[in-house]
Amino acid sequence: MQFQAQIQIHLRPSVLDPVGAAVQSSLHQLGHTQVQQVRIGKHIQLQLEAPDAETAHRQVDELCHQLLANPVIETYQIQVDPIGG
Amino acid sequence: MAGVRFGIVVFPGSNCDRDVAWVTRGLLGCPTRLIWHRETDLSGLDVVVLPGGFSYGDYLRCGAIARFAPVMGSLKEHAARGGYVLGICNGFQILTEAGLLPGALVRNANLHFICDRVGICVERQDLPWTSAYPQGSTLTLPIAHGEGRYTCDPDTLKQLQDRGQIVFRYAPVAPNGSVDNIAGICDPSGRILGLMPHPERAADPDLPGQDGIPFWQSILRSFAA
Repeated sequence: MQFQAQIQIHLRPSVLDPVGAAVQSSLHQLGHTQVQQVRIGKHIQLQLEAPDAETAHRQVDELCHQLLANPVIETYQIQVDPIGG
Repeated sequence: MAGVRFGIVVFPGSNCDRDVAWVTRGLLGCPTRLIWHRETDLSGLDVVVLPGGFSYGDYLRCGAIARFAPVMGSLKEHAARGGYVLGICNGFQILTEAGLLPGALVRNANLHFICDRVGICVERQDLPWTSAYPQGSTLTLPIAHGEGRYTCDPDTLKQLQDRGQIVFRYAPVAPNGSVDNIAGICDPSGRILGLMPHPERAADPDLPGQDGIPFWQSILRSFAA
C-alpha cells in the first residue's frame, strides 16, 4: 500500500527559537499584540510503500529518529494516511 | 617534529579543507592527505580533520547529511582506535550530529551570520590541542558561522563542566548565544575536539592574526612526546 506521511518538526521548548521570536516581534509591530509564543518548525511530506499503516508509521518514526529530526534539539509528530484508499 | 600525518575530509560544500592543508602541509610540513567523503581508507593517519564549510549545502540541518557519508564509519573506527579527530566549524556540527560529541549547534541567537575576530579563552592547557598555549591565554580567532550557538540539556552541560570537556569559551561573551559561552568541547578522552573558531585561519605568519599557531604546535608537540 502507498502511504503519505506528514511530519512536523519543532525545536524542543527548552531551545531558544530566535526565528520565532523575530516573527512574533514583527507581528506585534503590525499591531497583532495578542500573538504569543511563536515557534517556527519544519514540515516534511513524503510517500512510502508499506504493508499497513502501523508499519508505515514505524518506518517514518525510524526515518525521523535517524535523519529527519535531531532528538537532541527537536521533537516531531507524524501523521500517516493511505493514498487513494 | 614534522611527522604527524593529517587527513582532511572533503565533503561536497567543504570550503576550509585547503586552508587546513595550507597549515598542516604548507606551514608545518606534515604529510597531509585530502580524503573525499566517499573514501573509507583512513589508515596511517594520526589526526583526521573535518573542515569548515557547508557540507551538502547545510540542507536539513548543518552536518545532518554529512554524518552519513561513507567516510564517517571509518572516522568512528579511527576514533575508537585512539586516533585524533578535529572538527572545525561545520566539522564541529558534523561531530555533534554524528554523536561523537554531545549537544548541538543551532541558529545564532541574533540570527546573523557572524564573520568576525573574537576573544577566545583557553580553558585547558593539558590537551594535545592546547598544550602550547600559556596558562590562562585569551586568544583572538576568526569565526564565520550562522549556526554556532552551542546548546545542550542541563545534565549534559553539567557533565561537560564537571569532566572539564569545555576547552574554549568566548570571552567576554558568546556573540552567537552559546550556552555557558562554549566555543569548543572535547570528548572525555580529549582526543576528539570540536570548535567553532578557525585556528587554521590564524596561523600564517603573513596574515595579521596568528593566535592559531600554538594550536597546531600543540598537536605536533603531543606526537613528539
